[in-house]
Amino acid sequence: MTEQERTALAALLYQLADDDFLYAFRGSEWLGLAPHIEEDVASSSIAQDSMGHAAMYYQLLEELGEGKADALAHVRLAHERKNSILVERVNGPGYYMETPEYDWAYAVVRNYCYTLAKKIRIDALKNSSYAPLAVAAVKINMELYYHLLHWQTWFTQLYQATPTARQKMDAALEQVLADFGDMFDYGEHGDVIEEMRLIEGQGILLDRWYQTLTPTLVELDVTLPEMRMSSNGRNGEHSADLNDALSTLGEVYLIDQSAVW
Amino acid sequence: MYDATHLFEPEVMTEEEKLARFTERIENGEKIEADDWMPAFYRDTLIKLISMHGISEIMGALPEKEWVPKAPSLRRKLGIMAKVQDEMGHGQLLLRVVEDLMKPYEKTRGDLMDDLFTGRLKFHNVFHMPTRTWADAGTIGWLVDGAAIITQTNMLGASYGPYARALQRICAEEVFHAQHGESIIMALAEGTPEQKAMIQESLDEWWESLLMFFGPATKETTGTSKQDITIAYKIRTKTNEELRQNFFTKYVPRIQSLGLVIPDPTLRFDEESGQWIYAQPDWSEFKKIIQGGGPRSKERLALRRTSYQNNAWVREALAETMA
Repeated sequence: MTEQERTALAALLYQLADDDFLYAFRGSEWLGLAPHIEEDVASSSIAQDSMGHAAMYYQLLEELGEGKADALAHVRLAHERKNSILVERVNGPGYYMETPEYDWAYAVVRNYCYTLAKKIRIDALKNSSYAPLAVAAVKINMELYYHLLHWQTWFTQLYQATPTARQKMDAALEQVLADFGDMFDYGEHGDVIEEMRLIEGQGILLDRWYQTLTPTLVELDVTLPEMRMSSNGRNGEHSADLNDALSTLGEVYLIDQSAVW
Repeated sequence: MYDATHLFEPEVMTEEEKLARFTERIENGEKIEADDWMPAFYRDTLIKLISMHGISEIMGALPEKEWVPKAPSLRRKLGIMAKVQDEMGHGQLLLRVVEDLMKPYEKTRGDLMDDLFTGRLKFHNVFHMPTRTWADAGTIGWLVDGAAIITQTNMLGASYGPYARALQRICAEEVFHAQHGESIIMALAEGTPEQKAMIQESLDEWWESLLMFFGPATKETTGTSKQDITIAYKIRTKTNEELRQNFFTKYVPRIQSLGLVIPDPTLRFDEESGQWIYAQPDWSEFKKIIQGGGPRSKERLALRRTSYQNNAWVREALAETMA
């Protein structure tokens, strides 16, 4: 592997790792606040699985010589992060420990759109030219089936329920699509990532995402709002939400990075 | 042969006969099931006990949840996420048991939530306390769950079958939680001077709450106690004080072996009486805490209430799709 190829591989792994790390964090902020207790149990299990996926990707980066997995997860600053904008967005106004005004419709739409994108990426990664990544993808895929089923059920159910629910879902879908533009983007190393066949091209995956989503939208009579890119997280361009998330995630670790916790 | 079974059918028995038969079943060590006849005081005691246990599991997720995102490594993040998820699962399991018991009263889970918000339904004193540091997350796992294992194994043989079975599973998972907490504490105990100071401060902060967790020794202490009735009807076997003594026996040596100082200079084991002598926690404070006057009671209830209100539209939507 040339240095350029190694950098491109690391860039892709950072995107995957940071995505699941932030997604799991946003899920864990919901703990104890979900609409009912059964959902708390289910969605906290999904958040936990996702944190496990992030840990697998950070481990691959550690093996690639990028540094210790824990340091990669906890120390890197916002501009070094490669996650999509969607996963860093807050769940709603308010800190998770004090009067959080979280929106379940936003949670459902974000989680469904993200999980569908993740499923499409994971299916593509099963054929990655980088064997350790292909092995990880097979493992992650097993849990992903249930995650997708879970969020698809919520998505469909809420869209088919009361007018209030539908209205909230529409607003959430608008909000999610406004941040979705960088989801399948591979950032500045995209060309090398595709040439190396680490994963299929971003255009192919995006098409596949639309095609998979369309039957559900048709059934629910929902028009997909325009997809926009608020900024490109894959190149380290982020919102202020990410800074706040990172200070919470690293609060204890950063007290003493050399200590064993 | 003359068939006498119909004589034991509850519908043809008088209330006195039913009670006598029920008492006999309890004395014989039989399990009472959800659809079996039971006297109102037994049902009411169970509802109160199990709903408090269930809601404590759910409210108990909140103080630990504060440390879920902050856990200081990927492994610790995964550990504490799994742990808090288990606690919510216990809450769910127990609320299902209570829901069956409440059926004759036509009450539902929504009524339990209302009782929680109005203060009629109490939750354990420990979950009214602040968690100020990562060491507190370790203390909750190690000592609070350790204390919970002691109180819950005391009811594993409970005369009410559905509760006993739920406890089998809960206790098995609580053992993992205590190990998770112990592992956090061990890492800190073997760590830097700052990390060691963090666990000593945590122990100082939590000690009284841990003693209170087992409840008052007698009802004279706080004015009420259900322990006599729960022992008489074989829901539990040991008294609050016996459980607290078991806790000392199990944990005092372990705490001291880590070089930690228990914040009670009077604590000692009295060979003659075979009892631990210790300074009583402030029981008036205990009463205040469980009545919602603890350091974090209002905030935790507000968090639960806000999320319940914010999600009202979701419950309405689900009711619509289920209809």
